[in-house]
Amino acid sequence: MTRFTPPSEPVEPLRILDSSGALLGETAMSDAAVLEAFEWMLLTRTFDQKATSLQRQGRFGTFSSVRGQEASVVGAASALDPARDWIAPQYRELPAILRHGMPLENFALYFMGHPRGCVIPDDVNILPIQISLAAQLPQAVGVAWGLRQQGRDGVVTTFVGDGASSEGDFHESLNLAGVTKAPVVFFLQNNGWAISTPRAKQTAARTFADRAAGYGIHGAYVDGNDLLAVNAVMVEAVARARAGEGPTLVESLTWRAGAHNTADDPTKYVTDADHAAWEGTDPLARVESYLRRTGALADAGYAEIQARCVAEVDRALGVAQATPAPGAEALFDHVYAEPFARFEQQRAAWLQMQEA
Amino acid sequence: MPVKTMVEAIRETLADEMARDERVMVIGEDVGTLGGVFRATEGLQAKFGEHRVVDMPLAEGVIVGAGLGLALSGLRPVVEIQFLGFGHQAFHQIGQQVARLRYRSAGRHSVPMVIRAPFGGGVRTPELHSDAFEAFYAHCPGLKVVAPASAHDAKGLLNAALDTDDPVLYLEPLKGYRLQRDEVPEERYVVPLGSSRVVREGADLTIVAWSAAVQLALQAAEDLAAGGIDAQVLDLRSLVPLDVAGIAAAVSATGRAVVLHEAPLTGGFGAELAATIQQECFYDLLAPVHRISAPDTPYPLAGIEEAYVPSRARVVREVRALMEVAP
Ligand SMILES: Cc1ncc(C[n+]2csc(CCOP(=O)(O)OP(=O)(O)O)c2C)c(N)n1
Repeated sequence: MTRFTPPSEPVEPLRILDSSGALLGETAMSDAAVLEAFEWMLLTRTFDQKATSLQRQGRFGTFSSVRGQEASVVGAASALDPARDWIAPQYRELPAILRHGMPLENFALYFMGHPRGCVIPDDVNILPIQISLAAQLPQAVGVAWGLRQQGRDGVVTTFVGDGASSEGDFHESLNLAGVTKAPVVFFLQNNGWAISTPRAKQTAARTFADRAAGYGIHGAYVDGNDLLAVNAVMVEAVARARAGEGPTLVESLTWRAGAHNTADDPTKYVTDADHAAWEGTDPLARVESYLRRTGALADAGYAEIQARCVAEVDRALGVAQATPAPGAEALFDHVYAEPFARFEQQRAAWLQMQEA
Repeated sequence: MPVKTMVEAIRETLADEMARDERVMVIGEDVGTLGGVFRATEGLQAKFGEHRVVDMPLAEGVIVGAGLGLALSGLRPVVEIQFLGFGHQAFHQIGQQVARLRYRSAGRHSVPMVIRAPFGGGVRTPELHSDAFEAFYAHCPGLKVVAPASAHDAKGLLNAALDTDDPVLYLEPLKGYRLQRDEVPEERYVVPLGSSRVVREGADLTIVAWSAAVQLALQAAEDLAAGGIDAQVLDLRSLVPLDVAGIAAAVSATGRAVVLHEAPLTGGFGAELAATIQQECFYDLLAPVHRISAPDTPYPLAGIEEAYVPSRARVVREVRALMEVAP
């Protein structure tokens, strides 16, 4: 008789919509809610395409597209209430922060290297985009814990990649969240890759969701390319956090359809077989065919949504491009809440230097 | 002699050393199949196998800490931190553990490991990627810190780093990786740690720099020469150990010193140099030691990095002003 736990069986992620857009189970999402989500997805797709071509022309900085992960990001965001819930993002969740109230032009400015891109409107409950992987997770736990401590309403959802979940910050955060029962949802997007490193090199665990057990928190494993399934899992996780029942780790199994970012060349490491395995899983196509099946979307409606997306992307990029280039004084803005004499002297010297 | 870029020199030196010494191992994020985000390890995995060139889980702390363990086990790990800006995630291992294990074990264990990390700006990276925090590391007793400015030195210093039994932080300039090209001998050679070099002779003042700032100093020196100022440029090559004698000789010969770096001013390595020069060359100095650095602000988004990183024109202007200071 063995004294050890045998290796676990493979497990299937929760799925509600099959890849042809047919329902496999029940959904609590109304057609209107799905339509709204679809528009966020399409908006992001439109932005990704436009920004990528601008980047090629040298008019946009290095950024990471959401392509392939739209259902995952939007499905997660669709369970949140922007008026009271918080988001602690990584950098690949554009539609989630847009839905929460971040202006698209600010996101564009950030990736165009303009300090104004760091502006988050006062009533928008999000932390800045995080480049230092997993650093947002302890912060998310802190915000959630703090809200609860003060008797304030609000659940914090933090996004993290499969790669970033190897960082110490990830483990420390899940542990603390379990201990404090902070109202936080860890939304882990397993998109197959951390730049060139495949998922299998990040963990030997059966799923990332399985790790939840070790921290004494809830875990869920969901098809991230299925909007309805992601929404269902997130609605439950958020409700549980709101009810004081503690954190959840959601693993959203998805696929990074493009490069890691505009500086990356995935042909060096992604094989044709890798791609083939994910063919036909475009989350936009899946939602579109679902909506066409239910009758909520027809060609005319589609064209309207598409036109709104194009107009919004054009508007935002127009605003961003028309924003005057930053001056050197911006280096010194917002470094200290209470600047001191030596710092002010340096600022003055820097300004003088620019004039010289 | 073949001319190579810095990144080529680094890649080929790693390949040579791995072939020469089977204890040498490369670990880091994306170093295998991809060959590193800057291709510094390209082809090494195909040549030496997945057990000697390892794509690690994304966690700098465990990468460095495991590197320490690999070194203790008898191997010679070369650890890549993808960008020095993410060295913070490993700082507890580097500053607290790697640097002082020898001391803490009363000499029983040394840590022969090289930690390679690109750093510095000027190439419009996303946020947090360009930080030049070499001073953090130079402040950790037990760690050696080198920063080549040429392809030639990249090879010689990497060999020296692999030869020493002390842990070495080996800094690579993002800006110089592909831009910097110079002659690199085919045979193995060593540039001793702690040996600076005069890159440009000059009689009027000494510009002390390292890494990407050396090229900037050389360019400024050209402009200065056109205006009649003869600048000497000293490439430190190594911050720890520091070539105090070489610095003193160079500065004493000209009587004026400018330290040039792109890290913020306060607590930067320039402060260490200014103090050292003041102590060593007090009676030869004709003017105060002057520092040219970034301001005491975070490395900005790409749109204003030109205002942050010292420019050629600024170096020229500030050197001219320094020349006006009467003894
Ligand atoms: C602490 C840290 N180390 C390294 C990097 C460089 N880097 C940027 S993105 C990335 C891969 C991230 O993969 P994952 O967490 O799976 O997220 P994804 O990009 O796939 O959405 C790496 C290594 C970084 N930004 N932060």
